[in-house]
Amino acid sequence: MKLLLKHATVEGIRYFDTYRKHGGYAAAEKALKTMSPEAVVEEVKKSGLRGRGGAGFPTGLKWSFLAKPEGVPRYLVCNADESEPGTFKDRYLMETIPHLLLEGLLISSFALGSSSTYIYIRGEYAWVAEILEQAVAEAKAHGFLGKNILGSGFDCMIHVHVGAGAYICGEETALLESLEGKRGNPRIKPPFPAVKGVWDCPTVVNNVETLAAVVPVIDMGGEEYAKIGIGKSTGTKLISACGNICKPGVYEITLDVPVEEFLYSDEYCGGIAGGKRLKACIPGGSSVPILPANLLLKTAKGEPRLMTYESLSDGGFETGSMLGSGGFIVLDEDQCVVRHTMTLARFYHHESCGQCSPCREGTGWLEKVLHNIEYGKGKMSDIDLLWSIQSHIEGNTICPLGDAAAWPVAAAIRHFRDEFVWHVEHPDEALERNYGLAHYADELTVAG
Amino acid sequence: MKFSETQLKRAQELISHYPEGKQKSALIPILHLAQQANGGWLSVEWMDYVAGLLQLEPIEVYEVATFYTMLNTKPTGKYVFEVCQTGPCMLRGSDQIIDYIEEKLGIKPGETTPDGMFTLKTVECLGACGYAPMMQLGSTYREHLTPERVDAIIDACRKEAARVQDN
Repeated sequence: MKLLLKHATVEGIRYFDTYRKHGGYAAAEKALKTMSPEAVVEEVKKSGLRGRGGAGFPTGLKWSFLAKPEGVPRYLVCNADESEPGTFKDRYLMETIPHLLLEGLLISSFALGSSSTYIYIRGEYAWVAEILEQAVAEAKAHGFLGKNILGSGFDCMIHVHVGAGAYICGEETALLESLEGKRGNPRIKPPFPAVKGVWDCPTVVNNVETLAAVVPVIDMGGEEYAKIGIGKSTGTKLISACGNICKPGVYEITLDVPVEEFLYSDEYCGGIAGGKRLKACIPGGSSVPILPANLLLKTAKGEPRLMTYESLSDGGFETGSMLGSGGFIVLDEDQCVVRHTMTLARFYHHESCGQCSPCREGTGWLEKVLHNIEYGKGKMSDIDLLWSIQSHIEGNTICPLGDAAAWPVAAAIRHFRDEFVWHVEHPDEALERNYGLAHYADELTVAG
Repeated sequence: MKFSETQLKRAQELISHYPEGKQKSALIPILHLAQQANGGWLSVEWMDYVAGLLQLEPIEVYEVATFYTMLNTKPTGKYVFEVCQTGPCMLRGSDQIIDYIEEKLGIKPGETTPDGMFTLKTVECLGACGYAPMMQLGSTYREHLTPERVDAIIDACRKEAARVQDN
């Protein structure tokens, strides 16, 4: 079932007229003409919708924290700073069907009382920003933005704000700093943005996909939306699949699809490219733990793993991972986990804002030590050193970038320690060839 | 050294997106504009000009310009190849593409060709992982790169530059 991308392949769906012809802005009409802002928040709560940016926090609950002091403006800010390696779903949604995001923003702005709403988009998505600006102009021309929208008395304008290249600005308080024209240094919480956000006013920051999902929630009603999926994983999710698969791309799934089906069926990834075998996968964007093949398709208990928040994290970090942002990165049997982890460490080192020493220094050390191991200069003690460095970053920083940098290294060592050992013991051979699949796809014995 | 009429109008439009007195919020969008106006980088003079425009202290502009990857405080080549090298691109052969461009242009990442035409940069994830390997060229992405595609891009850049010079 598709809710967000139902009309994604319709020609011209990028433009207002076609979007409208396919039922677009009906949910906005329903909300603004027949519902109160409180009723909209209530539907979102009932839907069980969780933040699609990575943290998975219940959206309705987040909205209910928004402070409403008399005479102070409130703001909704859309986080379109999509930068988590492996994640390119928001880009696809915005460039394909921009009015869906605008409609979601309009309904959400109405619910939260935001008359100036901002889309903070990463600077590299320059052409996507242009698409959004055109869509905003169209929506305004048709009376879906501006003053007294649909006679509801509600005024709303959406502004597209372009960033300039900084992963950290995807962290909501860094994003707000950047929106204020400053360096993207995350703020210490509390106060939370819901109380003191942009320009010290109460602010909600939500991911692109989350806000787009508000449209089907209002369209079908929160209770109906909550029937899709399993347990607390309700609705549909965009998964951006990449790496060594036959069909990289963006797929909308209901939150109950088995990982095995997602990876191997022709409807989705279409299996491993070149007829090779699966070695490992990072299922939710580069920050979440990598899993070897034998822990990806089944949990440690031997149950089929599903594409849900709960099933992907089953077993905690010992044997599980996270749904995260839905960036599904697949490694085939010929890939080197050490090298892949090194590129991620380099990424986090580059993107650390430099505010907290454990992250600023630690990410550099992680990169350096991993570089040494990858290039045949590693010592056996380096493996424990990596473990020690990451454990001193995790939990010791203002924002989650520290954790995000630590987790991939920890998981790589946890599950692929013998590949690291092999690199250290066979430095010359490791420069020539990769360790291969080894035992990482072998069936695991289930205890008990 | 200042904005043209059109650029100034765009700058005023950007400032109007934010509440009264919060014009600093327009800083990054306006720095993009200034960078475009100055051929791809921000000189101290341009940064000071933007500071004046937004009624900011120059340091408030410098500290922002040096924080964000897309804002250049040094001149670059006419065409900047920003090749992604993060994990998902690496899995699809970005290392080989970077090697190929190095060999083809005779420069290392961070360097510019002697004729000032091309700069090669390695960058971190640009959100095109499903279309890897890729690079950013100006305000566009070039995806599914192969050596042949790289050749075609280099040729197209050279031709465009020659055409501009002829006119």
